[in-house]
Amino acid sequence: MARHITAPLSAETARSLRAGESVLLSGTVFTARDAAHKRLCELAGRGEPLPFPVEGSVLYYVGPSPARPGQAIGSAGPTTSYRMDAYTPTLLALGSLGMIGKGRRGPEVVEAIKAAGAVYFGAIGGAGALLSSCVTSAELICYEDLGAEAIRRLTVEHFPLTVVIDSEGNDLYQLGPEAYLR
Amino acid sequence: MRELNSMAITEAVARLCVQANIHLSRDVKEAIAAARRAEDWPVAQTILDRIIENYSIGGDTPICQDTGMACVFVEVGQEVHISGGLAEAVNEGVRRGYGEGYLRKSVVRDPIDRVNTGDNTPAMLYTELVPGDQVKITVAPKGFGSENMSRIAMLKPSDGLEGVRAFILETVRLAGPNPCPPIVVGVGIGGTFDKCALLSKRALLRELGQPSPIPFYAGLERELLEEINSLGIGPQGFGGKTTALAVHIETLPTHIAGLPCAVNLNCHVARHASEVL
Repeated sequence: MARHITAPLSAETARSLRAGESVLLSGTVFTARDAAHKRLCELAGRGEPLPFPVEGSVLYYVGPSPARPGQAIGSAGPTTSYRMDAYTPTLLALGSLGMIGKGRRGPEVVEAIKAAGAVYFGAIGGAGALLSSCVTSAELICYEDLGAEAIRRLTVEHFPLTVVIDSEGNDLYQLGPEAYLR
Repeated sequence: MRELNSMAITEAVARLCVQANIHLSRDVKEAIAAARRAEDWPVAQTILDRIIENYSIGGDTPICQDTGMACVFVEVGQEVHISGGLAEAVNEGVRRGYGEGYLRKSVVRDPIDRVNTGDNTPAMLYTELVPGDQVKITVAPKGFGSENMSRIAMLKPSDGLEGVRAFILETVRLAGPNPCPPIVVGVGIGGTFDKCALLSKRALLRELGQPSPIPFYAGLERELLEEINSLGIGPQGFGGKTTALAVHIETLPTHIAGLPCAVNLNCHVARHASEVL
């Protein structure tokens, strides 16, 4: 029932996704949350390249718990996304096409998503153990000093997501409850 | 006077930090399972199934990666003498539990300079003197997705019950999908500004499904739960009946000029574990 997609995203795939759609994502995503976003935007402000290939990239707002020996990653569910709102338009303008988090986004982010033809996915908040089992490898890329907030390259397999905001600006957080109450 | 070595407190806190973050307590599991049975909206059913799958995985991966700030409630019997420092013992327990349990270190030493302390200390320590010769320790790791959506209002006495009701519903509506619904709604009414906030946090420690012992407030809890679950927010905010698992209200006497009301939200990973020493 759920649609299979891969990351990095192609422009066509990103534009074809619709709010409310269930997808299973496989491929490469990069972790980044509050402190890493601040540093990425400082780099962008100085015109320096980002520490990962940004074209079509999917950023996952997550600060995982430490991996036990033999584990790729510890618990790894999404953090609340609005704290990244101030930085998101900059990263989308650089070519990033997807974000994974949970919770509402501000109007300026919705506009940036439409302008970039990007997509905002929701992962299940509080399902860190389940989501951890879909991560097959995790490699530290930079900002090791940030601990859980460092940027990591994750390989994910059939990572369960829901399209929350699509490239037309449709928002499941409005549409879902409205459909239920109708 | 009973002697209690603070080492015992350290060991208990370490155990409870790990236990609370890896095993969801029975009351919360039962509340989620009951909500799943009552849910009739397909999207919501799917989300609740995944949530149940998540806490049923077993193993030793934390249920949620936000293993929280360690909120540690210690009720000390007046007939107990603790040898060694209590705060140090609790912090050492948090340090050990979060280290040995592979839990996330989510505490910064200063709210502005934001350097991680690296061991999840200090704990948020709440102490209370009670009759008896025992020490009860409750560890309630608190994630900040839900903590950030919590609010307090110094309402006017004329706002009355309707004002309280409206503020609680407004808080849940404003929070929407952000605190990881289905949520637990902890409410404090009365006291002073600070005590009211504390009441709302203590309300989250109550076993889910246990109504207030005061019939009036037990009724209000039921009514508010129904109203919240009519908002349509649903699990993860994707729509549905199950927005909250429980509403817990705690109250205190207050001043003739005041009606403080605090709402502390908790996510569906509503963690709490206790031991009596």
